[in-house]
Amino acid sequence: MGMEMAFAGQTPPLVDDRSANGIFRVSRHAFVEQSVFESEQREIFNKCWLYLGHDSEVAAPGDFLTRSVVGRKIIFTRNKAGKVGAFFNTCPHRGALVCREKQGSANLFRCFYHSWAFDLDGKLINRPGHESYADDANANGEHNLVPVPRLESYRGLYFLNFDRNACDLASYLGNSMEFIDLVMDQSADGMEVIGGTQEYGFKANWKLLAENSADGYHGQPTHATYFDYVMSTNGNLGDNVVKISKPHDLGQGHAVVEYGAPWGRPIAKAVPAWGEEGEREAAALRADLTQRLGAERADRIAYTNRNMVIFPNFVINDIMAITLRTFEPVGPGQMRVNAWALGPKGEAPKARERRLYNFLEFLGPGGFATPDDCEALALCQEGYSNMAEAGWNDISKGLNQERPTIEDEVQMRAFWREWSRRIEGERA
Amino acid sequence: MSAQLKIAERLSVSRTEIEDFLFEEAALLDDWKLTEWLALFEPGASYHVPPAGSPDDADPAATLFYVMDDYHRLSERVKRLLKRTAHVEYPHSRCRHMISNVRILGGDDRAFTVTSNFATYRSKRGRTELYFGHHNYVMTRADGSIRIRQKTSFLDSDDIAEQGKVSIII
Repeated sequence: MGMEMAFAGQTPPLVDDRSANGIFRVSRHAFVEQSVFESEQREIFNKCWLYLGHDSEVAAPGDFLTRSVVGRKIIFTRNKAGKVGAFFNTCPHRGALVCREKQGSANLFRCFYHSWAFDLDGKLINRPGHESYADDANANGEHNLVPVPRLESYRGLYFLNFDRNACDLASYLGNSMEFIDLVMDQSADGMEVIGGTQEYGFKANWKLLAENSADGYHGQPTHATYFDYVMSTNGNLGDNVVKISKPHDLGQGHAVVEYGAPWGRPIAKAVPAWGEEGEREAAALRADLTQRLGAERADRIAYTNRNMVIFPNFVINDIMAITLRTFEPVGPGQMRVNAWALGPKGEAPKARERRLYNFLEFLGPGGFATPDDCEALALCQEGYSNMAEAGWNDISKGLNQERPTIEDEVQMRAFWREWSRRIEGERA
Repeated sequence: MSAQLKIAERLSVSRTEIEDFLFEEAALLDDWKLTEWLALFEPGASYHVPPAGSPDDADPAATLFYVMDDYHRLSERVKRLLKRTAHVEYPHSRCRHMISNVRILGGDDRAFTVTSNFATYRSKRGRTELYFGHHNYVMTRADGSIRIRQKTSFLDSDDIAEQGKVSIII
């Protein structure tokens, strides 16, 4: 059935979901139009829970860091009583950024312009010429730093929401919490963000990275050189690759793929290149997991890889290392990416080093894989310059499968249905 | 006598000799002669690129870097970059490595530390990216020729959102 017949003269939707007929397409306008970018700011980024940072990044009272979240400048901090807070980094007086460091430890934040000073709860505590203001000038707190409307956390992951009326974080995360737990349970002492942020970018629409982050179909063709590396490094790929390949639509736009893979996993799956010492350490970690969580859950954690996209723009990939990643549009054709490595608190130095070495064999702007994703996505974006004549992305793979695998596109369709619901509204 | 000259005299290596070596390294990278470039490293050497803006004492064993190559992975990186399936660099980007402000910082007659500033331009499909910062080297001399034992490239930009990736040897 042709486009024109299907929509009988009406403007076709951006997401053309006719799954029952084996059709699922996305208009390339969704990646290019300024008006779509603006709708996304309004309907998605101003309403969804967005990842801000991890508990361990502001571990001690007074710790702070500054971070951009969809263009807003945020101060993420822990006060003297140990409570985590987040404020807009702008002085209530003239608007200057109050805090200019990326991170550090502070007793107060002072705007240098007129020297207004704020405590770690954002409260104005001092300003020169205080006597020239009315006694009740700050009675309603309008001279304090503005806190983010909502800030909630789950297992150390802090999210903010610019919509005061949003549902609570737990309801929003929904089924994704089961998979967050599989990461956070990896250490009895909890997990921490390892120092060092990878701040890079793609010359492509942000939604292409939401798709790419859990795309099993592109693995072999795009990352052939990475698999060459794994083979060349390990001689063989071992026999402990679990035969699982399962995509999950988690609802609310969240999705995850679970699968076995040949690479080593710092949590208890060694590869030949790690030698006997590496295998011994992996066995000890598996024993610890089994004792704490039982054999079934321990095996699932140790051997199964997970790529999860939490709508709209937060990724937790538990693969050859664990990465947390956010990506946000700075325009229809450009995004900024922040990526971190997550590891067990108190990890032995040798194991920590192996984890980071393993991370970088694939992940990040200097890895053996991510730069090729960077190129693939940029090529997609460049290809959309032809959208007047070649206007649709096909996302139908696996619609005819009773048991789809991670090489199908269940996870992308989960994302796009939620995107469409928020941008295009419910359709009959 | 300048501090640089004193060090050079003690080490029996001159800044000119080091500059010749670094200019040759830059030319090999400009020309995509990566196998020849790898031969400038001694076996067991390492190559690191920390996140943009990192201090000189950043440690890849404790902090997430962009690149943390031991000699094996560096050899594999070279193999990868010369394949057609290294998509990001196929066809090869055009690059120009500018090296300046070369200083010998110290050492003895077996190993010495060197620093230089760099500006590397990468151009592909109508876009040009600039990487700038400084390289730190530990170099050795074996059979009369200089070899690299350790190289770390520090980027001065706040992040690499504009450049996007570190897909070349900067």
